[in-house]
Amino acid sequence: MKHLLDIGDLDAAAILRLLDLTDHMVEINQRPMPKVPALRGKTVVNLFFEDSTRTRTSFDTAARRLSADVMNFAVSSSSVNKGESLRDTIETITAMGVDAFVVRHGSSGAPQMITRWTQAAVVNAGDGWHQHPTQALLDCYTIRTALGRTTGFDGLRIAIVGDIKHSRVARSDVQAFTALGAHVTLVAPPTLLPPSIDGWPVDVSHHLDDVVADVDVLYLLRMQRERMRDALVPSLREYTALYGLTPQRAARLQSHAIVMHPGPMNRGVEIAVDPSELPGSVVLHQVTNGVAVRMAVLFELLGSGSDLATDPKGMQ
Amino acid sequence: MQAEGGRTVMSADDVRRAITRIGHEIVERNHGTEGVVLVGLQRGGVWIAQQLAEAIARSESIDTVPVGTLDVSFYRDDVGLRPIVPGSVTSLPGTLDGTHVVLVDDVLFTGRTVRAALDAINDHGRPRSVQLAVIVDRGHRELPIRPDYVGKNLPTSRTEDVTVTADGVVLA
Repeated sequence: MKHLLDIGDLDAAAILRLLDLTDHMVEINQRPMPKVPALRGKTVVNLFFEDSTRTRTSFDTAARRLSADVMNFAVSSSSVNKGESLRDTIETITAMGVDAFVVRHGSSGAPQMITRWTQAAVVNAGDGWHQHPTQALLDCYTIRTALGRTTGFDGLRIAIVGDIKHSRVARSDVQAFTALGAHVTLVAPPTLLPPSIDGWPVDVSHHLDDVVADVDVLYLLRMQRERMRDALVPSLREYTALYGLTPQRAARLQSHAIVMHPGPMNRGVEIAVDPSELPGSVVLHQVTNGVAVRMAVLFELLGSGSDLATDPKGMQ
Repeated sequence: MQAEGGRTVMSADDVRRAITRIGHEIVERNHGTEGVVLVGLQRGGVWIAQQLAEAIARSESIDTVPVGTLDVSFYRDDVGLRPIVPGSVTSLPGTLDGTHVVLVDDVLFTGRTVRAALDAINDHGRPRSVQLAVIVDRGHRELPIRPDYVGKNLPTSRTEDVTVTADGVVLA
């Protein structure tokens, strides 16, 4: 694996292999001194053209725990504001000698473009409405550990609720969850579904009340306020009444069911229950696992040598 | 791994006796089992550490000897130069501060795995001593590392493969 651009590039076996590698990273993170020398001498550049505190911090922490050097490239104070093109920015940073770009960009496909202009590995940390592969991996890892699904998600019922249309998280999660064998139901008003979900291996429901009692995983998406402005939903109150996790709906969840959210949460909108009163909430586990999953991805791309010819002798 | 038509250089009984003997030597050298922790290196050393612990427990008439496993993938000096596939997750019985750690592996070759293991151990505490037990020492060291307990010294060429299982040792 040279780059991680699209979760759809990984089959079930590749996803499970990365999740197995994540187990090792979790062990490292639980130590008193959570750091190993694996990526000493490698340089990782965080290149974020969109605001993101948690994803950038998560990648930053992940790289440091593997002893990589980290450059945080703040777009707001860079030459991008003087009109430098994306290509020139990439070629300039590449010339400094870097091993990986972690890219967040508002335009779908930007990370793919960047691979043409650099020899370094490229990790997509979210591009437009398109993909957020490490989020999908950390969500899979969280489900796997919370529900004890080591070998796959066969028979697991997952509902993804909210603004599917504008969500790269939903797109990536649907691909990863179904690749591992889960049954996914999208729950949203028609205005927040993509124009076509032909070919998506999912069911669709417009009523959360119809599915909430049957799911093993309830995945709530962030409801963005600008969707009100675009008149895609009448009001936040109405959204909460129809699609929010209210105390009444929380009471109907199965006792083993888990509740997930990619963050940041809109308390009182998509989640109208105090998370402390929600025993199935694994939202903070998602954040913790995010660091470990990103360590696994960086190690796979920069350290495992997996793109080299396989050494039949293995390690001795 | 098991090569067709390889030469058996230790039988199953030879391996079992070597493990029993090494168990006795570990107890003798450490004046008992106080503070001794056996750490099997992923992957080949794990079952040997387990059998060593059972052998020591039998001969000393005690319940158990602490056993752990160590994966050194993230400490190797050839990261990125060759495919690295981690074994099972590192699992150690508590802190190693003040213990006598016995690293256990199947084959001692270049010594680079052991060097990585010494770094890894260092991140889990400060043992009073670290010792090394192997079933086969095949030579060709690239670092100043020597074993404390050896099942068999086996002259090899660099290109040969040594396979250690409970069924015996095969050179191919």
